Amino acid sequence: MSTQDASSAEGIVARMVRPRRHLLDDERFLARIGLMPAFIYIAALVGFPFVMAILYSLSDATIGSTSFDFVGLETFRQLFRDPVFMQSLQNTFVFTFVANILVVVLAKALAMVLVADFKGKWFVRFLVLLPWTTPVSLAAITWLWTLDSIFSPIDWVLRNLGLIESNMYWLGSPGLAMTSIIAVHTWRIVPLAAVIIMAGLVAIPTEIIDAAEVDGARFWRKLFEITIPLMAPIIAVAVLFGVILTITDMSVVYVLTRGGPTNSTQVLSSWAFFKGISGGNLAHGAATALFLLPIMIAVAALILRMAKRREVL
Amino acid sequence: MATVEVRDLRKHFDDTVAVDGIDLASTEGEFLVLLGPSGCGKTTLLRMIAGLETPTSGEIYIADELMNGLPPRARKIAMVFQSYALYPHMTVFRNIAFPLKAEGLDPEQRRDKVEWAARLLDIDRHLDRRPRHLSGGERQRVALARALVREPSIFLLDEPLSNLDAKLRAAARDDLLEFQNRMGITTVYVTHDQVEAMGMGDRIAVMEHGRIRQFGTPDEIYHHPADTFVATFIGSPPMNLLHRSDHLVGFRPESFLPEALNGHDPTRTSFAFQVNRVENLGSDRYLYGTVPGLDEQTKVISRLPSTVSIPIEPQREHQFTVAEDDLKFFDKETGSSIPSRPL
Repeated sequence: MSTQDASSAEGIVARMVRPRRHLLDDERFLARIGLMPAFIYIAALVGFPFVMAILYSLSDATIGSTSFDFVGLETFRQLFRDPVFMQSLQNTFVFTFVANILVVVLAKALAMVLVADFKGKWFVRFLVLLPWTTPVSLAAITWLWTLDSIFSPIDWVLRNLGLIESNMYWLGSPGLAMTSIIAVHTWRIVPLAAVIIMAGLVAIPTEIIDAAEVDGARFWRKLFEITIPLMAPIIAVAVLFGVILTITDMSVVYVLTRGGPTNSTQVLSSWAFFKGISGGNLAHGAATALFLLPIMIAVAALILRMAKRREVL
Repeated sequence: MATVEVRDLRKHFDDTVAVDGIDLASTEGEFLVLLGPSGCGKTTLLRMIAGLETPTSGEIYIADELMNGLPPRARKIAMVFQSYALYPHMTVFRNIAFPLKAEGLDPEQRRDKVEWAARLLDIDRHLDRRPRHLSGGERQRVALARALVREPSIFLLDEPLSNLDAKLRAAARDDLLEFQNRMGITTVYVTHDQVEAMGMGDRIAVMEHGRIRQFGTPDEIYHHPADTFVATFIGSPPMNLLHRSDHLVGFRPESFLPEALNGHDPTRTSFAFQVNRVENLGSDRYLYGTVPGLDEQTKVISRLPSTVSIPIEPQREHQFTVAEDDLKFFDKETGSSIPSRPL
């Protein structure tokens, strides 16, 4: 009797000293459970297609047959012999370069408007952010009509001002089509860049701006010698986003011109889609889509390093 | 050389009044201090003089010329900010040269002037460094050098010492004062620190709620406060204020001394001091208590330097005296100083 009592008493003591850990108290377990949805989502919808794209680009896969042979870099070699691919490559660079220069300049100007204090600023802020919040389909239809060869209001205005005789084919002639694509894409990206740059602008201590003013700097000197250098890291981030969103974008091209006329607005992402999905050549589509990946990784690394290296305070 | 003057200056921000009708004029080469608690409008006043803030009404004169509407660069002023506001992406050299470049001076003249200012402030070793590699005191001197190269007629300083640690601050105060004396440039200096104000100012404008409560030399402000605000804001611990039927009577803690120290002296007024607590701070003894014969409610402090070794027992009544000249009288309603009267 006495031994039994002793053992049960020991049991109680043991339980008091070492309380049982519940599974939900285990932070590592909780962390894994918590991250699982995000992990599955990325693995299934980004990781899997990405791996498949790499495999396809090294093969001769088409949607017309079930054969799947690895051909190494042969697909990429074929790409270089394809004049449409070469033109798309060139267009992509022109599109990305021009659009992002416009984006940075306009976004900086808009950011300055966004932080300024004046009557009715809520309305201006609303207008600035509108392109970013408008559904792409709605925006696309608006732009299709705006740039229509017969009903374009731009042409109407220009005609009535006596600047042009007959309508411009905004989407129908090669040079103008590229201009239109760049304009519409710039219109879409600018609000995001403006908000990013605005964050950088408000982060500059007001005393520094005041000091520049007392030191006799006028508008342009303050802009180019004080605010822009101080904002360089954040502008780099805005450019990084802009470049990635431009290189990977096919919606503007797809909706407005489908790459035409005669591929003059074809970019790599739209060409990858037409060749791989519409045209059924999975291998060429995948190789085209992946072609700029190394360049983009390099650009991203470079810009992030620039952003980090800038000496601020 | 120039003077600063403001006339009936006001500044309203929406519904708050930051500066509420200020008249103030400096003399040439004066070190003028704006002193007050935070939110009293002293920085707004300084920023209006600088041209960084537009007054709601009133006039600003620098060297007898009306400055209203002129941008800061046209006012021949230089300003040192609380954070120093150095340009972090520029070297010390480029920081100091910036105002000269904005003026359109050619590179050769710029170099000469920058080197002159840097030598003067003993920062010529650091010209190639960036501000973040400098200590607080060095940054302050770079800010002063940048202000100096423009050869301003007025210096405006906005709490330039408040970012320095206590040890450095005393030395920086010394340097700053010596620098101002040597340059002889009229200076308007904003601070909330009464020690800085008393130690540096030729004259001090004590501000509260957007108005000047008193404008005078440190001596006047300390010994002849214009009202109860100034009397209690200046001095640490502040002036004791006892309530009488229709007025207030004030005396400084260090004027309130044991009778045993001076013996019986007909020019001194004697009270019974009920001491509740004694605090020994090493250099001084602080005695906390009340004066039952005059005002039992109000707490009174006496500060005895450690050189006064008369033993004071807490929880007992002692006889204390104040010299008649050290008794100040204030109106109970307005708080303004009034002539002496019998207790």
